[in-house]
Amino acid sequence: MTAVAEIMDYDEVLRNFDPVLGLEVHVELSTATKMFCGCANEFGAEPNTRVCPVCLGMPGALPVVNGTAVESAIRIGLALNCQVAEWCRFARKNYFYPDMPKNFQTSQYDEPIVFDGHLDVVLDDGETFRVGIERAHMEEDTGKSSHVGGAAGRIHGAEHSLLDYNRAGVPLIEIVTKPITDAGERAPEVARAYVTALRDLLRSMGVSDVRMDQGSLRCDANVSLTPKGSTRFGTRTETKNVNSFRSIERAVRFEMRRHAALLNEGAEIVQETRHFDESSGETSSGRRKEEAEDYRYFPEPDLVPIAPSRDWVEQLRGTLPEMPWERRRRAQEQWELSDEELRDLVNAGALDLIAATVDAGASPSEARSWWVAYLTQRANERGGELASLPITPEQVARVIELVNEGKLTHKLARQVVDGVLDGRGGPDEVIAADELEVVSDDSSLQAAVDEALAAQPDAAEKIRGGKVQAAGAIVGAVMKATQGQADAKRVRELVLAACGQQ
Amino acid sequence: MTSTTSGPEGSGPTELTGLTASELAAKITAGEVSAEEVTRAHLDRIEAVEPDVHAFLHVNGQEALEAARRADEDRANGRAASPLAGVPLALKDVFTTTDMPTTCGSRMLEDWTPPYDSTVAGRLREAGVVILGKTNMDEFAMGSSTENSAFGPTHNPWDLERVPGGSGGGSSAALAAFEAPLAIGTDTGGSIRQPAAVTGTVGVKPTYGGVSRYGLVAFSSSLDQAGPCGRTVLDAAMLHEVIAGHDRMDSTSIDAPVPQVTAAAREGAAGDLRGMRVGVVREFAGEGYQRGVLDSFNAAVDTLTSLGAEVVEVSCPHFEYALGAYYLIAPSECSSNLARFDAMRYGLRVGDDGEHNTEEVMSLTREQGFGAEVKRRIMLGTYALSSGYYDAYYGQAQKVRTLISRDFASAFEQVDVLVSPTTPTTAFRIGERADDPMAMYLADLCTIPSNLAGNASMSVPSGVSAEDGLPVGLQIMAPAMADDRLYRVGAAYETARDAASGSSLVDRIPQLEVAR
Amino acid sequence: MSTISRDEVAHLAGLARLAVSEEELEKFSGQLDVILDAVARVGEVAADEIPPTSHAVPVTNVFRNDEVREGLSREQALRSAPATEENRFRVPRILNEEA
Ligand SMILES: [Mg+2]
Ligand SMILES: [Zn+2]
Repeated sequence: MTAVAEIMDYDEVLRNFDPVLGLEVHVELSTATKMFCGCANEFGAEPNTRVCPVCLGMPGALPVVNGTAVESAIRIGLALNCQVAEWCRFARKNYFYPDMPKNFQTSQYDEPIVFDGHLDVVLDDGETFRVGIERAHMEEDTGKSSHVGGAAGRIHGAEHSLLDYNRAGVPLIEIVTKPITDAGERAPEVARAYVTALRDLLRSMGVSDVRMDQGSLRCDANVSLTPKGSTRFGTRTETKNVNSFRSIERAVRFEMRRHAALLNEGAEIVQETRHFDESSGETSSGRRKEEAEDYRYFPEPDLVPIAPSRDWVEQLRGTLPEMPWERRRRAQEQWELSDEELRDLVNAGALDLIAATVDAGASPSEARSWWVAYLTQRANERGGELASLPITPEQVARVIELVNEGKLTHKLARQVVDGVLDGRGGPDEVIAADELEVVSDDSSLQAAVDEALAAQPDAAEKIRGGKVQAAGAIVGAVMKATQGQADAKRVRELVLAACGQQ
Repeated sequence: MTSTTSGPEGSGPTELTGLTASELAAKITAGEVSAEEVTRAHLDRIEAVEPDVHAFLHVNGQEALEAARRADEDRANGRAASPLAGVPLALKDVFTTTDMPTTCGSRMLEDWTPPYDSTVAGRLREAGVVILGKTNMDEFAMGSSTENSAFGPTHNPWDLERVPGGSGGGSSAALAAFEAPLAIGTDTGGSIRQPAAVTGTVGVKPTYGGVSRYGLVAFSSSLDQAGPCGRTVLDAAMLHEVIAGHDRMDSTSIDAPVPQVTAAAREGAAGDLRGMRVGVVREFAGEGYQRGVLDSFNAAVDTLTSLGAEVVEVSCPHFEYALGAYYLIAPSECSSNLARFDAMRYGLRVGDDGEHNTEEVMSLTREQGFGAEVKRRIMLGTYALSSGYYDAYYGQAQKVRTLISRDFASAFEQVDVLVSPTTPTTAFRIGERADDPMAMYLADLCTIPSNLAGNASMSVPSGVSAEDGLPVGLQIMAPAMADDRLYRVGAAYETARDAASGSSLVDRIPQLEVAR
Repeated sequence: MSTISRDEVAHLAGLARLAVSEEELEKFSGQLDVILDAVARVGEVAADEIPPTSHAVPVTNVFRNDEVREGLSREQALRSAPATEENRFRVPRILNEEA
């Protein structure tokens, strides 16, 4: 195996080579049950409690296709502008591995359910890049192994391993791009932007949790370099284990630089899988492809072919929600955003959240303000993405509603939001628990107003004399006395009324 | 029917075990005998003859008697589960059962008791049929002699030195030895029909998809089909109706009404085949066929003619390629189906000593757990599917499959059923073909086309071969979903055959020595 | 059509996870040769325009509703396992070649 001695400066890579990218994304569908059996498709259950003879690969058990998973596959294909096969089959991909109960994966081979589409991806500068989609096909996930006796649960050096098959048979859609040949220096960015756009699309369709951290969205990045002036693709490597959007970009960039350094020395690129290390930002050699298994694909005899009627396909097309790019265009128009503002919202991952908050009843400007200002700050503090904050757009809209009704001041509203973020329930629950609601009933306020007027006779006199701006001091005193829970607008009205100014 | 008497040096069936399933069912329904008595009689018979025959791998007398008592109770309460309630049956050990091990005749699954019931077992239980035990078979249903069982061969009751056919030799031998009046088999290339032929019993491979495969441990998924076995056509028909029908757990199961096979058998027994067009497959005769087998077959064809059938010769030119296609498709699918036996989740594990890694433990286990024939087929299938060979082997075999289906389709434009000998020869001697796989494979020459095309097919005894006195089978083939034609023609033939010979064939099954 | 070498049989045994003995290698390579010679005749008749048949019955679109069905209890799932630990299937060391 070739040692990675050096990597090349990125600019120099680009002077000598054109990168070719291929991205394979595996998406776990969020169906109620698994792909071929009625076991619950559930993340995080107790080990081996979501299993049956089918997903344990027991002798005699037979698969039956989950119709909803097929619908999701077709809908995903339609959203990716793909053709839908008139007729296709499942195939068996044969190889032995202990996390795979049958020692073959039921997948699709040369007859994918959808093929030949594209996804338009918006890059950081607002430019749109079209990524061709080769195909998307249905398959099943494997079980999960944990390793005992080695360092930190790693497979290497482990004494033995333990298997949990809850995940075995969970429906997967594998989406494969066409070779991306014209991204040039932006190849790493295109890779990240593509997977991000795909995530947004799948999330808006509601077909998957699309959580990279939980493995419901996984990306393998194939990278090769073509010497400038040549048209032949170089040998590619496939980097796995890339667990975040940023890592995709880093992994592609690293592989480009590593390939270039090797090619420059006249060395050969070894066709292999590589593993990305989040901490070092480097890849390391995995399994060599040249000695890879011969998968001996053949049509799955236990499942009959799928022949989606054109009526069915059109009916499914009708169920597609507004696509993220359509939503972006509509948001820009309706919210009157500049290109730049729109891009910032998209990059911050705020657009969908704002739109959903607007859908839940908030005004665009208020929704924007909450997500872009306060919540973005909170997300940064937590070191996570906006979308993974534990508050829903509906909850944000509720907080905005309460403010508009005068039931919360802005200060209180922030306390309520913090309570929700701390996992203490929805806005109304936090308000009830902490008694945060604004005091606006006149009888309790009136007493405080009278008290403040009595305590500041000078100010009271000025107001009575028509200097209404002097009311501020009285209002301030009332707010202080009520620890900020009073409705300031109402207090002011009461003060003015008490002094005969209304 | 008369029962054979027990002599001092031999043992015939008792009064009860000598009866057919339909006769037993009638007696149980009439209250003349209880299901428990019937079951006890068969368990006694099993105990007496098993040392000679070895048809069973497990006998579960306790469970069987309990099931029989339940059937008696139900009948007493006026709610018999089915016409066959209380009638005993022998189940091939390839179906999962929660109350008995399922070994498939393999060391690999020696102690495995499944946590779920196959659909077939479940339907039998629901129908009140009493499962006596699980029958011996070639390991994972690969073979034509039941010599490939890891637990020793089964002996043909007609001649204990000979094989009972395979892979379902245990089921057919249990019938011929009067250990059970009914049995279930599976037929991938002939494993129901060929054992039926060489033991003088009736075996049916229903239309592919007619009987659920859920819980049937797969050998070759696109060919495997479960079916009924009995000593008479009517018995097979009654059992057929218990096990057949759509099952949502099997995607390849046909969602259509089950053909009326019992009615067809009763109609056929009247002995009138006028209007029935019968095609004799020209290709299944000549070299390699035993003289007595061909004579018996020709006599059977004459009988069909005498019953009013219109008999013509039909050519199926691609049938000669069926064996080749079969020995590519079945091993290919088996190489994949049997990959799950890897020592990780159930079954045998060898070499787990802390030294060997998972891959090595898998290889050591599979080496020790599988017998030679299974390994041979796994390797053959691995080869046929591997890149570079797929098109030449697996791909071509699937095209041949198309050609064979076309042969059937054009034949069935001319005739209602096709007939041929079930096997080229009568039962061969144990050990005779053990080291010659190709010679063994030829036993399924005539039965394989129906598996490749998925149509229905039956073997019904056509008497014995003149040279060796051993049974010969007549194969009847019908289009998919026309299983009822098999029963009509089979029952008509059976009645005429018995009338001509003056006795039922089953009465000529030799008595078994039980002086041990 | 083809002769299958001893090495090829060894390769196949590896793919199929069978730790065959030297003796078996010899025996199998001879037998596979004979069988392959016999079955290779399928190549004689099947022309290009013939479509392959993978399924005997021409049925399509058999789907299950996406409804949870009770599966096995953990006890049932693990009951026949050769080894278990912490409610999981315990297996020997796995070679590092995750696919
Ligand atoms: Mg895949
Ligand atoms: Zn399951």
